[in-house]
Amino acid sequence: MKYMKQFCIIMGISFFGELLKFILPFPIPASIYGLILMFGALLSGVIPLKEVESAADFLVAIMPMMFIPAGVGLMAEWDSLSGIWLQLLLIIVISTVAVMAVTGRITQWLIRHDRKKGGMEK
Amino acid sequence: MKEFLCGSVFFGMFISVFAYEIGLLIKKKWKLAILNPLLISILLVMIFLILTGTDYEDYSTGAKYLSYLLTPSTVCLAIPLYRELAQLKKNWKAIGIGVLAGVLTSLGSVLLLASLFGFTHQQYVTLLPKSITTAIGMGVSEELGGIVNVTVAAIIITGILGNMIADMVYSLFRIQEPVAKGLALGASAHAVGTVKAMQMGEVEGAISSLAIAVAGIITVAGASIFANFL
Repeated sequence: MKYMKQFCIIMGISFFGELLKFILPFPIPASIYGLILMFGALLSGVIPLKEVESAADFLVAIMPMMFIPAGVGLMAEWDSLSGIWLQLLLIIVISTVAVMAVTGRITQWLIRHDRKKGGMEK
Repeated sequence: MKEFLCGSVFFGMFISVFAYEIGLLIKKKWKLAILNPLLISILLVMIFLILTGTDYEDYSTGAKYLSYLLTPSTVCLAIPLYRELAQLKKNWKAIGIGVLAGVLTSLGSVLLLASLFGFTHQQYVTLLPKSITTAIGMGVSEELGGIVNVTVAAIIITGILGNMIADMVYSLFRIQEPVAKGLALGASAHAVGTVKAMQMGEVEGAISSLAIAVAGIITVAGASIFANFL
């Protein structure tokens, strides 16, 4: 019965996420509102971690396969991509490598900088 | 037979999950970065649909239910994030600046390359939200007058690519801090990148899911400014 209650909480928060998306005018999806709601509920103790943990870990573990239908959907978009596919691919490859490298390097530098400073103060 | 497949709910779901299992087996056997289970399963399903002459719509009849699970699963990304609260508190400044730098790099590089390739304004704004989660990206593209279907395609290709190349980029640029690795995957390749981050470790996964939300929200504002530049 443990899973029933956990799924009930997760579906409930997903529903409240949808409700927020319906009420608020921002282009933010229900899933992000739901993530924030769930995080807030855990932080405030309204929902104890062990009341959602097992079902949540299961859903997160099977997440990769949920992207397959969208990926296969590229097949149906071929007509709108065929003219610009090479430029599109080039932009995506270059930009993705750049974002990954810049975000990673800057964050790493800041973390190590803070650590060094913290170490010296001690 | 064809009529049966058109109406079948579990046909699309079954071949998707089955293809992913094959993808995992291939990955386990050869261990090459290019053999990404997600990419393999997508290609296998495409080949299967083409060979059997099945329309995407018929496959989608059942497979779409897999996509419906994405909302509750994204909500559940709050759980690893909560478990790694200590990391978040300790590194909040680095995380904030890191995501901001990532979003600016994304928007800036698209601007630079789009003007280099002589893209039209519409093609340019279509690509601006390519690094953020699909649902936010669609909204941004629509708002700026982009071609939403192409935006969705670009977002998915970006995610799969980020998922595939992360290990290579991290060893090339010597990125070793778990927080930095997770943040970079979430900011560059949204939820598909987070899937990869989860496989790297709990800290990477948690910070990556945080990056999806923060990068997505900053991009909403940033893209509307960058849209004026081309």
